[in-house]
Amino acid sequence: MRVSSESELAEAIRDASGPLTVMGGGTRPVGRPVDGTPLSVAGISGIRLHEPGALTLVAAAGTPMTEIEATLAAAGQRLPFEPMDHRALLRTEGSPTIGGAVATNASGPRRVLAGACRDSLIGVRFVDGTGQIVKNGGRVMKNVTGYDLVKLMAGSHGTLGVLSEVAFKVLPRPETEATLVLHGLPAEQAVAAMSAALGSPYEVNGAAHLPDGRTLLRIEGFAASVAYRSEALARQLAEHGRADPVSAHDSVALWAGVRDVAPHLDEPGDVWRLSVKPSDAPGLAARAGGAALFDWGCGLVWLLRPEGEDLRARLGAFQGHATLVRASHETRARIAPFHPEIAPIAALSAGLRARFDPRGILNPGLMG
Amino acid sequence: MMDMPIPDAMVLDRRDRIIAGLLDLLPAEAVIHDPMETRAYECDALTAYRCAPLAAVLPATTQEVAAVLRLCHAEGVKVVPRGAGTSLAGGSLPTADSIILGVARMRAVLEVDYPNRFIRVQAGMTNLSVTGAVEEDGFFYAPDPSSQLACAIAGNIGMNSGGAHCLKYGVTTNNLLGVTIVLMDGTVVELGGAHMDAPGLDLLGVVCGSEGQLGVVTEATLRILPKPEGARPVLIGFESNEVAGECVSDIIKAGVLPVAIEFMDRPCIRATEAFAKAGYPDCEALLIIEVEGSAAEIDEQMGLISQIARKHDPVELRESRSADESARIWLGRKSAFGAMGQINDYMCLDGTIPVSSLPHVLRRIGEMSRDYGLEVANVFHAGDGNMHPLILFDANKPGDLERCEQLGADILTLCVEVGGCLTGEHGVGVEKRDLMTAQYDPADLEAQLRVKDAFDPKWLLNPAKVFPLDATASRRAA
Ligand SMILES: Cc1cc2nc3c(=O)[nH]c(=O)nc-3n(C[C@H](O)[C@H](O)[C@H](O)COP(=O)(O)OP(=O)(O)OC[C@H]3O[C@@H](n4cnc5c(N)ncnc54)[C@H](O)[C@@H]3O)c2cc1C
Repeated sequence: MRVSSESELAEAIRDASGPLTVMGGGTRPVGRPVDGTPLSVAGISGIRLHEPGALTLVAAAGTPMTEIEATLAAAGQRLPFEPMDHRALLRTEGSPTIGGAVATNASGPRRVLAGACRDSLIGVRFVDGTGQIVKNGGRVMKNVTGYDLVKLMAGSHGTLGVLSEVAFKVLPRPETEATLVLHGLPAEQAVAAMSAALGSPYEVNGAAHLPDGRTLLRIEGFAASVAYRSEALARQLAEHGRADPVSAHDSVALWAGVRDVAPHLDEPGDVWRLSVKPSDAPGLAARAGGAALFDWGCGLVWLLRPEGEDLRARLGAFQGHATLVRASHETRARIAPFHPEIAPIAALSAGLRARFDPRGILNPGLMG
Repeated sequence: MMDMPIPDAMVLDRRDRIIAGLLDLLPAEAVIHDPMETRAYECDALTAYRCAPLAAVLPATTQEVAAVLRLCHAEGVKVVPRGAGTSLAGGSLPTADSIILGVARMRAVLEVDYPNRFIRVQAGMTNLSVTGAVEEDGFFYAPDPSSQLACAIAGNIGMNSGGAHCLKYGVTTNNLLGVTIVLMDGTVVELGGAHMDAPGLDLLGVVCGSEGQLGVVTEATLRILPKPEGARPVLIGFESNEVAGECVSDIIKAGVLPVAIEFMDRPCIRATEAFAKAGYPDCEALLIIEVEGSAAEIDEQMGLISQIARKHDPVELRESRSADESARIWLGRKSAFGAMGQINDYMCLDGTIPVSSLPHVLRRIGEMSRDYGLEVANVFHAGDGNMHPLILFDANKPGDLERCEQLGADILTLCVEVGGCLTGEHGVGVEKRDLMTAQYDPADLEAQLRVKDAFDPKWLLNPAKVFPLDATASRRAA
């Protein structure tokens, strides 16, 4: 089923007689497989408003990411949260949509400084499980009028409602960027170097450690400022070894690789995503074994594991959570892709779903 | 005037038993029930509305909070959570049949972790003392409401408070990593923590800004940031509001992202000048723009800003060159509310508008102000469109407060009409409760009410706030 307007979407949901598999571009099949009638919102497309002087963008949920990025780039702007493109990792095809980025709260390396998708999102329109159109937030970046359902919708994977329109605070695109590369640090020392960098006043907005032992630190801004801050940062990190600068051009490619989990793309196996306290990350990665890509100053770990393994059983209890992002249909049906929640939180989540989607037809079971 | 629900007579009748029950749970000094003393909790900073609570309790631990809530849940007693009581929206205004649950005694720092850049505190800690706990080590907590000396993290989370520097650093929700929250039935839940995102639904995101209606926050994990190397403001005066607005837009379009862009109009400039003598020019509109970084970086950004501003023929452009000059530039802005308080009683509004409608909105406010015969001064965060029109009135003059409230409602409705919202950082509370229908359709409100149903099915937590009373009547009665 494909709808091309919000009212058609509302009608489709109202008339649905069974579960729906909600999708935008269909490039991010994350979570427990849902056996439902496909419902695509890719036809609800188009930029509704872009006001560069107010740093705001409003777009229909099915708008392709490429269109969003091109529109913003033409005005020297961009989305702050550097959303990942899941296609290579999940081996999907199609055109990612902005609604899909919001539904998955897709947030790339810059999340460590600029916040996640949910932090830039300032307004939503969606259709709940009864077919009712709901709006929350708006097009202004400061808004505390009523409850913040905007945050609730980000990362709800279509389980509370189907997004029809999303609004963002956007940011100026920096004049240039630079990346410092440290070589050969073990993960424990890499996290220390990244903590020092992120704790410095130099506004490091990317901090990653690759399986090949490179540690990357990114700085963006006006050219003179970037030069100044990279030099100052390199000096501050002297105890961790030499920090080699790479060109802006190479820097862009390096971070696209971190964003899209390049080190694990061509490797067989399942891919898990750990969200943890940064200093816990090296220990957890060692306990897991296998190749690890650390992002967000080690707050995010992408682990490559043998197919079908339940990583959570292997890790035991830890602070944070583990999501199974890439695995076969069979594995994702067997091992909960989303980290099981403790009872009172699970009860709240279930209570919200039961109220937003009383018939349980929107991606039922996808998040557990 | 704002209506409040009729107090529950059954609860009032059981007053003694309820207080005895509270005294069983908490030390005597933590249960305030003498009518002389409960008056200290009869209002917050929206002083026009007052009502003493049945009792006020000041628990010292999460377990005590849970015990109090369990009792109130069993007895059907309403609970109004309170931080420092600086809400300008009546968020912590009691009803006669409610208990004030204050977290003011919970002020401990629980954990400071620089490598992972967070601090965990009890929620009664004041906003400024959080920064105080980490600043010697070069860190700070970014959200900085002007009330930061007094207001508590609990209230900041309740209202999702902002501050002057949120254009760059975001508001409370963008700097909040986790909370310990006690649900109305006494269940203690941890949401979030030292990691950066939620495993499932973003419950932390919806708790922040829920105005004490979903649970009582007892602890918070907050993101702390390294202090910038330096910061400096520039003051720019203009002949008209339109030109000042265009200048703001041009600066943003040029790719500069200042940490703060503050705007004052002529009535506000005059009042603060008379009060604080900061040496502001007497002009139609004034911008204070602050940038951060190393000395060289500040120079570069200042150069760009000045270059753009000069194209708009400023009547004055004064770049700060020293800490002393910076303090003088900020002095007037920081004393704006105080200055207004000297002249008169005032009501501070908090609507947000799209930055592009600034000139139109200021013109309309001027017209409305003349129609109502009440002076309005404007001071606000221009980078994000969060306005603070201050309406001056005389509380001793019969009818003045009502007229002031009506003008306030008209101004906020205007904010919504141009694509903005009723409140950018102060919250809805009781103050804007009845205006919610101007911004939201019944279905939009219903979706929000369902969130409350899920967290607090008996509707006992701060129930008379945020939503129009008729929209919640059946739920509150159930
Ligand atoms: C002079 C002045 C200047 C101000 N400037 C700003 C400003 O720049 N920016 C801004 O955003 N605000 C500002 N405010 C408004 C106010 O200070 C903020 O709303 C502040 O966050 C309130 O904190 P508080 O601790 O006083 O909360 P309270 O007033 O006690 O409560 C506020 C709300 O939070 C809820 N709450 C309190 N404690 C808890 C808890 N433990 N758990 C759950 N909910 C709870 C209450 O029920 C209420 O709804 C200003 C106020 C004044 C008087």
